[in-house]
Formats: sequence, structure tokens, C-alpha cells
Amino acid sequence: MKSNGIKSQKVLLINDAGCSSCVDKIETALANVQGVESASMNFAQRTVTVVGTVQDAGLIQAVEAAGYQASIVEQNDSELLDEKDKAEATYYKRLMREMTIALSLGVPLMVYGLFVGEMTVSTNLERTSWLIVGLLTLGIMYFSGRHFYIGAWKSFLNHSANMDTLIALGTGTAWLYSMVVVFFPESVPLLARHVYFEATAMIIGLIDLGLALEIKARGRTSEAIKRLIGLQAKTARVIREGVDVDIPIEEVALDDHIRVRPGEKIPVDGIVVEGKTAVDESMLTGEPMPVEKTSGDEIVAGTINKSGSVIFIANRVGKDTALAQIIEMVKRAQNSKPSIGRLADVISGYFVPVVMIIAILSALAWLNFGPEPAVAFAIVSATTVLIIACPCALGLATPMSVMVGVGKAAEAGVLIRNGEALQTASKITAMILDKTGTITKGAPQVTEIRLADGFNEEEVLYFAASLEAGSEHPLALSIVESAKDKGIEIGKVTGFKAIAGHGVEGLVGESQLLFGNEKLMLDRAIFIDDFIEDAQRMASEAQTPMYLAMNGKLAGIISVSDPIKEDSIEAIKRLQANGIRVVMLTGDNRETAKAVAKKVGIIEFFAEVLPEEKSNKVEELQAQGEIVGMTGDGINDAPALAKANVGFAIGTGTDVAIESADITLMRGSLHGLADAIAVSKATLKNIKQNLVGAFIYNAAGVPFAAGLLYPFFGLLLSPVIAGAAMALSSLTVVTNANRLRFFKASEH
Amino acid sequence: MLIINILGLALIGFVIWWFWLYRPTTVGITQGIIPITVENGVYSPALIRVGLGQEVTLRFLRKDNSPCSGVVLLDDFDVSEELPLNKEKDITIKPSKAGNYSFTCQMKMYSGELVVEGDDHE
Repeated sequence: MKSNGIKSQKVLLINDAGCSSCVDKIETALANVQGVESASMNFAQRTVTVVGTVQDAGLIQAVEAAGYQASIVEQNDSELLDEKDKAEATYYKRLMREMTIALSLGVPLMVYGLFVGEMTVSTNLERTSWLIVGLLTLGIMYFSGRHFYIGAWKSFLNHSANMDTLIALGTGTAWLYSMVVVFFPESVPLLARHVYFEATAMIIGLIDLGLALEIKARGRTSEAIKRLIGLQAKTARVIREGVDVDIPIEEVALDDHIRVRPGEKIPVDGIVVEGKTAVDESMLTGEPMPVEKTSGDEIVAGTINKSGSVIFIANRVGKDTALAQIIEMVKRAQNSKPSIGRLADVISGYFVPVVMIIAILSALAWLNFGPEPAVAFAIVSATTVLIIACPCALGLATPMSVMVGVGKAAEAGVLIRNGEALQTASKITAMILDKTGTITKGAPQVTEIRLADGFNEEEVLYFAASLEAGSEHPLALSIVESAKDKGIEIGKVTGFKAIAGHGVEGLVGESQLLFGNEKLMLDRAIFIDDFIEDAQRMASEAQTPMYLAMNGKLAGIISVSDPIKEDSIEAIKRLQANGIRVVMLTGDNRETAKAVAKKVGIIEFFAEVLPEEKSNKVEELQAQGEIVGMTGDGINDAPALAKANVGFAIGTGTDVAIESADITLMRGSLHGLADAIAVSKATLKNIKQNLVGAFIYNAAGVPFAAGLLYPFFGLLLSPVIAGAAMALSSLTVVTNANRLRFFKASEH
Repeated sequence: MLIINILGLALIGFVIWWFWLYRPTTVGITQGIIPITVENGVYSPALIRVGLGQEVTLRFLRKDNSPCSGVVLLDDFDVSEELPLNKEKDITIKPSKAGNYSFTCQMKMYSGELVVEGDDHE
């Protein structure tokens, strides 16, 4: 195997190391792999740490050849995050130290220059003292600014240029010129015998300070992802051979039985097999109410077990859990860029060389046309141009806002797939909503029972449920459910017969039953005249009324409907208030569609739409010039979701079809739509502010620094001010992005 | 003065040539795993030549603790990955079309290029 020259550390988990004598065997096997420098095993944890230049497969093979099973332990997110935090804290401290050293020379020098004396070289004493200061400044450049010079040199060799290049050139020019003045004062005109050591020291100090503050501020932009990662449990209580064992979360295997006590986090995804509890899923879905979980129900890693103790079987572990996928997706989205940022990218790519050219041009202009001392003016303007132009502000403008915006959305249970979706969502003009499962709950329920004289509700439900118990129709299921909820025992049916398109019939106990629509009743000559009006009213309210006849006589009407989600009406109002044209699509009949549309305040709707026609409707609206958002819950909505400018998937809790939609709403509520749009708008606005700020800063700062204002107003920028401005500019961008953290999508 | 002006213009010419026109020599066609070190503001190697249709693993090792180097983006492959400090991070891609694909940090200050060569019609 070819060694790639990069050393790294890998951790292997040896699953079946049963005795301590294995340790030696495994260590030797690994140490013999080419490229391995050291292998040391921790028997208690059953892990081996390998250092060297090797590939995973080679290591696993070696362990297997020695007779054991090995797997590579992937570092989990929270460990990575801890490491990152630590590295940043160290970097921050280093920058602050370097800043202090640089400013402790720079500030006194600047004060001296401003208030005490001229920073010029004429006498021998002045030469000697400035030489000492010059050497001190060199020390500062080494101690506090070394990283700029090394970075600049490395990227120069690589034919690329970055912020370091500008800083190194700017401070280097100022220092070199000053040293020339100290050593060869005669070579420059008398008026130009000025030293700029204070500029070098101040610029290095200020930029170090700016970087340090930026690191602090950047840390806050990833708060949302940190919170998500923090939801992951570190250990799981697995039941092995009847005994509870606490093991690290990475070692949980599929089909492990896991016990979770009240107040604990669910460690991995799974299905409850024993016990009953309420689980708080708000951290993932934004849904505040705890959800009841019992045998057969799915539970999701990262949610909190509230009330009871349960045992569940792990069905998704490691990187496959819904939480891990959400984290992965949010991370990716946070690092992706909407197209609005592309221009800034292009500019950033050319930026540094262009600034160098401007610096040279402005120096030449001063030398050719400037007043005396032209050399000094040329040096000051070139240095200032180099220092003030900050590619960072431009480059940071977009990613920082996206980082905060996507994280903010995730907190509200809105998963935005990438920066592009974020940008398009902010421009949506029309929103198509699927009816079933999107506006409504998607699960029909018994909503009304109307009784004929001499019958009671239990009786009617008992007979209807018993008759329907064998049926798989969703409406039938809702009746059986309703009976069970009321504690009604279900009887046995004989002679069950389905009458296609009409209903069912059968015998329960002594009673001959008919259950179905109006047509069925009329066919069998059941007298329903007193009930027709009620049935029509129910139908107009988006319910489906069904007649129950017993022994040739009407017993009552059971009306079933797919109830509208509690907050759909309000959520749709919010969309409309944003000027968005809301359109409803459904496969249901016109009557029901009309009733639902009316109830939720939608004027435009399409009924009896076949699944394959849904995407045509999206196209139709797009042809009218609308930017279309499509919201759906089912697989049948997928083509339309893909066709829309932005597809919103309603993924309630688990089994999120994360990859299929541009935006996934973790909770069922349609408020997520308005939230997503609001967050997108706020983020886009923030990006624009950042971009405009960065552009103006660079567009105005550079000519000012070059001395364009000098002929008119006699103004020339000092390099120190430029250093402060550069330090501030990227900090301003990061801080502005951080303002988004306080954005509130809604009160819902 | 004339000499200074000529020097200045030559310097400008040099900047244009060095940073824009010059094409650095590439790392020869490499297969499989390509180690890339992220340090001091550059990816090294920054120009990588690979054959079409091969699976390529870019193994990033970030030694630079400036936050700018913390994320690598391959826009064309919809990849954005965080790079842990002093730990390898593998990014595997399989370019299906010949062309130049850049990999950069979020701010485009670090940048490198993956040159995919070969015949599109396999």
C-alpha cells in the first residue's frame, strides 16, 4: 500500500477481545502493518489506538487475521465539537496574547507621534533611537505577526493570495521604508524622512484583535447545531443477557434491547416493546405537547422520556438515526451558499491581486503627480490600500448569515436543505397545499352521530363497528377506533358482504345490518326522509355521512371526516397576510374540497386531482409567473414537490424524507411554512445587508485610502485607521449575522 | 522617475502573471487517495489531476487552526464538510464529466482545483 505521508490517529473497536492476553496479540498484529507507528490497546474499553499512515481496511484485515473482529470507531459529533471548541479557545488566547504584545509597542509609539514629537530622522540620536524601535517592531512582526508572513509566503509560492498577503505586504512595506529612512536618510527627500513603525505594530495588533473577536462571534453562529448535537445521549442502557449494562452510544447495535427511565434521553431510534410513557419531542419537532408512546410505537433519538420506563428495540443507530441525519443535513445546509453569494465569491477570487495592483497604481500616481514629500505619500497610500481592503468581509457576508439562518430554522423544526432553498423560499408568491394530511390530519375520525328515535349512541357505534371490524377501508377503521375509544366491545359479524361503492351488510347477533350511503338505503327501501337534510349539511361540512339500518329500519347516521388540523386556519391566514396566493389541491371530491377550502379560508382549489396531475398544477402556476411552493406529505406528492420552486415536506417526527424535499417541516403544523418563509426572508435580508456593507466598505475604503479625496479635501487615511477598519469590517459582518439569532419566526 | 514607473508597471505585470496567468505544475495523475494538507492559507497540493470515471478520495488534513480553514466546499459536487484539526477527513467523489472543479474554503481564500481529464464518452 502506498504510504501517503500523512500521519493520523485511528481508533478501532475490538468486539470479541475476551482476555487480556489478546492485547499483546492484537497490538503486535497491528504494529506489523506497514505504516503503523504505534498501536496501543485499552482492554477495559476494548479499543486500540493506532497512529500511522494507513488505511482502515488494512488495519481491520490485520486484526481479523489475528482472529478478532474489528471496526473503526467514528468520532461522534460531540467529541468533534469539543475538540473544535478547544482548538478555537487556544487560538483565541494566542491571538489575544499577540495582540497585547503588538499594541504595547504600537500604542505608545502612536501617542508619541500624535502628541509628543515628530517621527522623523534628522539627528544621530534620532537615528539610533528609531533603529532600536525598528528592531523592536521587527520583534513584534515575528512574535505577533509571524502567521501573516508565513501564510503570505506559502500562498505566494502557491500562486494564490489572501488576506495574509495584504497584511504582510502592507506592514512589510511600512517597516522596510522606515528602515530605509533610518539607515539611509539621505536617500529620501528631507520632508519624507518619516518612520512608520507605529503603523506596522498597530496594524498587526488590531488585526489580531479583530480575528480574536471574530472567533468569539463565530462560535455563536453555530449555536443551533451545538444544541442539536447536545441532544445526543452519550451512553445507552442495553439489556444484555438479562442485565442492564451502560455502554457508549457508538457501541449500540441494531436490535439491542434498551431501557430508558423517566427523565432520560432516548439514545437511538427504535420501537417500543414494553412499557408506556410520554415523550417530549419538542426539540426535534417544535411540537410542545409530549407524545404518548406504547408498544409498537416508534421513538426517536434525542427526545426525552418524560413519564414511564420503557424498553425498546434499536432499529437505527449511529449515523442512521433521524437526529444524526438532521444534524448532518443542517451542517451541510449551513455550509452551502445561496446564489446571491456567488458574485461575492467571484469577486473574492480576484480581490487580492486587484488590490495589489491598485496599491501599486496609487503609489505611482502619488510619485508622479503628488505634492512633496511624494515618496512618503506614496508609501502611506500604498500601505493603506493594502490594509484597508478586506476580502474577509465579502467572503464572510453570505456564509455567516446562512449559518445562523439555517440553524434558527432548525430550532423551529424547519429543516432547510441548502442555501438555494433558503433563498428561493424567501421569494415564494404562491403556495400549493395538499389537502389530506397537510391541511387535515390525514386520519378520518367520527365527528358526528345522529340517532333515530329509540336508539342510543353506544348501540349504533357497537353495531357499526362490529359490522366494519373486518373491513380495511379508512372510514371503517375510524369507526372501529371510535368504538374502542369509548370502551365498546366489538361483536362478531356473520354473513358480511361488501356492496361495492355503496356500503356493507351483515348479521351481528340477531340484528340484520346495512351500513352505507344514501343510495344503499334507497335501494333497500329504508325510510330516511327525516335525515336527508342533516346528511346534506354534513356533506357540505366536508364530512362523509353513513347510514346504519337495523332490521329494515334506520338507526342513525354516523358522520366521519378528516378533521382539519387545529392551527391550519391560522397558518393559512399568515401565508395570505404575507401576500402569498394559497391554492389547495386534493384527490377528494369537489363537495368535500369546497367545504374544507371554505373552512380554512382558501378561495382557489382544485378537486379530484390525480396524483400525476399534481405536478401539472404546479407548472400551471409557474406558467402564470408565480414562484411556487408545494407542500405535501405523501410519496404521491413527490413529483409535484420536485417540480415546485420549493418543495415542503411535512415529516411529522420520524421517518423524515429529508432528501426528497427542499424544506422539511418536522412538526405537522402548517405554521412551519410561514416560519420557513419568515426565516428565509430575514436571512436573505441579513445577507444583503452584509453584502452591501462589505461592498460599500471596500468600494469606498479603497479609493479613500488611495488618496482620491486628497486633491479635493486634503484628506488621506492613516494606515492605522485602515488596520482598525479592516479588523472591524469582518467583525461587523459576523456580528450582524449574529443578530439573526434573536429573530423570532412566530409565536406558535 | 521613468525607471520607477517602468518598475511599477512591471510589478503590476508580475502580479497579473503570477496570480492569474501562471498555471502551476500539477500533481501527477494520482489514483485512489490524495492527501491534501491544509496549512498556512493554502491547500497543498492545490492542483490535482485525475482521470475521468475514477473514484477519488481527497484526504484533507487540516493543520491550521484559523477558523477559515475549517470548512471545505466542492460546489460542483454539493459537498461541504467540516475539517477537524489535525485529523484526516476523507471526501470521496466520482466525477462523471471532464473539467475543472474547484475546492475552496467558505471565503475562497483557500482554493484548489481538481482537473478531471479523459474522454466523456466512455
